[in-house]
Amino acid sequence: MDPRLLVISKRMEGVKAVVPAMSPKGGVGKTLIASSLALAFAERGRKVGLLDLDVTNASSHIVLGADLNESKPLEEKGVVPPLINGVKFMTICYYSGGNPLPLRGGDVDEAIKEVLATVIWSQLDLLLIDTPPGISDEVLDVVNYISEPRPLIVTTPSKLSIASIEKLLRVLSENGVKALGVVENMVVSEESAIKDLAGKYGVELIGRIPYDPFIEKSIGDVRILKSTSFFSKVSSLADKVLVKLGL
Amino acid sequence: MVHEWALAESIAMYVARVSKGRNVRRLVLSIGRLQSVDIEIFDFALKELLNEGNVVVDELKYLNEEILLKCRKCGFEWSPSLESLGSEVSECIHFIPEVIHSYITCPKCNSRDYDLLSGRGVKVVEVVLEEGGQ
Ligand SMILES: Nc1ncnc2c1ncn2[C@@H]1O[C@H](COP(=O)(O)OP(=O)(O)O)[C@@H](O)[C@H]1O
Ligand SMILES: [Mg+2]
Ligand SMILES: [Zn+2]
Repeated sequence: MDPRLLVISKRMEGVKAVVPAMSPKGGVGKTLIASSLALAFAERGRKVGLLDLDVTNASSHIVLGADLNESKPLEEKGVVPPLINGVKFMTICYYSGGNPLPLRGGDVDEAIKEVLATVIWSQLDLLLIDTPPGISDEVLDVVNYISEPRPLIVTTPSKLSIASIEKLLRVLSENGVKALGVVENMVVSEESAIKDLAGKYGVELIGRIPYDPFIEKSIGDVRILKSTSFFSKVSSLADKVLVKLGL
Repeated sequence: MVHEWALAESIAMYVARVSKGRNVRRLVLSIGRLQSVDIEIFDFALKELLNEGNVVVDELKYLNEEILLKCRKCGFEWSPSLESLGSEVSECIHFIPEVIHSYITCPKCNSRDYDLLSGRGVKVVEVVLEEGGQ
């Protein structure tokens, strides 16, 4: 057994809930939703962390408007992530220096174990995790190494995305992981095939976020982001998440 | 106290787990050069933590493991020098050794697709327990 795995539960001791944003399909809004949710929780006075586990393509710092040269983690019996716009934020980009980071699966797993074993989160109401598309190392590591994660499954109304989340819902259920809910993003019409699918797996459709054509202009500027209709929908989702988690 | 403390914590927990209350006659750790672990600080932290956990270790030994990389594209094997990267980059690699892929490419074919064959970080090589119960 890898000694680092033993210390992970201690690192998560003070974290009330771990909520990874997941979907096997790329481009459905995991990063934007996970980062915006973190901002919304911070706005509600919650202690919130955001961990970017999209190791080879981390990008949530862009949504958070973080200047990674300015804000760096501190060393204090481990790695203490800085607060960025009210969010305790950890990303491998602090260390990759804006360079590409192409990694094989084994290296991704190593990097994740290192992060989970050394980052000191202290007390948090919620720790959000951004994950990459696919059902691979990052998703499996969250399932295997973190106790009782409550994933938020993100999907668009597209059949292609819905087919993907069914596979993810199966993997999660096989692992005894209880998804917190399904979020339908970039909604363009009233009808939804997702509700039935979610129901089949005993998971609630807990949010429907419309397509917001103005979102692109807001990325990188948290003030503008918070003024979008997208963000107000995410804020309602945040309230729902708090209720579901009993926080 | 720095990040070495966090690394020592997992080793201390591991040793406590395998020793199950028995004394440890010998503990051998290998320290990969890539992570540039400060052995003095690490050793201090580990002894402190073992002590807190009431784990007695008679002999504690550290082995240094050299860095060896192997390119997946052309098969070239090499040992990069961390000094040439500068202290800021070494510091980054210290926290997450895999970010070496952000800073070094294969000297033969320029690929970033290489394996870390050895020298990554802290590993337990051997835990020898005392005979019998305590
Ligand atoms: N509700 C939305 N309305 C409009 N654009 C969106 C919405 N949600 C996400 N996007 C955009 O879709 C793209 C993909 O989002 P992203 O969060 O990177 O997806 P993922 O992390 O799942 O790959 C981004 O350009 C993002 O700004
Ligand atoms: Mg993403
Ligand atoms: Zn090569």
